[in-house]
Amino acid sequence: MKKLFEKIGLGEYVLIALFGLVLLISKPAGFAFGPAVGRNFWLFFSEMIAFLPFMFILIGLIDAWFPREKVEPHIGKDSGIKGTFWVILLAMLQAGPLYGAFPVAYLLWKKGSSVKNIFIYLGAFSTLKLPMLTFEIGFLGLKFSLLRTLITLPVFILIGFIMERYLKDKNFEIKQPIDK
Amino acid sequence: MLTIFIFTSIAVIISFIADRDKTKKGIIKGMKMFLGILPALLNILALVSIVLFFIPNETLVKWLGKDSGILGVITAAVIGSIALIPGFIAFPLAAILLKSGVGYGVLAVFITTLMMVGVLTLPLEAKYFGMKTALVRNGLSFIGAIIIGLLIGLIM
Repeated sequence: MKKLFEKIGLGEYVLIALFGLVLLISKPAGFAFGPAVGRNFWLFFSEMIAFLPFMFILIGLIDAWFPREKVEPHIGKDSGIKGTFWVILLAMLQAGPLYGAFPVAYLLWKKGSSVKNIFIYLGAFSTLKLPMLTFEIGFLGLKFSLLRTLITLPVFILIGFIMERYLKDKNFEIKQPIDK
Repeated sequence: MLTIFIFTSIAVIISFIADRDKTKKGIIKGMKMFLGILPALLNILALVSIVLFFIPNETLVKWLGKDSGILGVITAAVIGSIALIPGFIAFPLAAILLKSGVGYGVLAVFITTLMMVGVLTLPLEAKYFGMKTALVRNGLSFIGAIIIGLLIGLIM
């Protein structure tokens, strides 16, 4: 029983259950807080629950059709503009928070990517991931997403160039922290 | 909202015709990801509902609205740099803020700093790149995010 409980991860729902309880109690108790917050919550929730599953199906399909294993052989061989193209493509097919990109940056470094391309990779990873773009278009609209992407692309490519210049004679290296 | 529904349906149909197994795998993976973020999403929605109850709309618009200018952009940049919010939750949150009157430029800065600048993850980043390099990268990204936000604020 306890194992099943952990498997579904019901423990993660403790906070939201508490929240619901407070809302329930505050109504008969006569606090204005309960109904107002409850209305807010329901408004946000009902809007999202309708189309979030569709977005995640789309993300799952992208993941199934464009595995990043297909991109990886091309990484690091070319440190020029072709290399830039491949690291951006690799970044677009990934998901997760920025700190998940650091170990990949280490691998790129090991494989011989240029400093510029490694920092371009970090920029692309943080702002151009396909799953993230799906969400952005869904929630903030195509116009915003397109505009932000078009403005962001040159900005982080420029950051890549600045970083390469800055690190030129500094014996820069990327280390893999060892877990203790 | 209808767009995403139609788009996903078409994608599923095409994918299914092309390869059944891949489609099944993709849908299952997507649903697993959805269930994975659900508790965090519910928590954030509850938190936002509470916070928006205490902050009147006029205050929010005054600080982060379309006319809040550079001050709004910098406020958003600082919050985005410190906060640790995953993308799947940041966008629903941004949509709520947009409806409450927050400007597009401010949202662009918030999202960009959230993704590119990590004050709390700086120690981890320093382990890979060294502290000085990590600081320079975060600093440049911070400035870049503000430029992006100001441009989007001007255009939209």
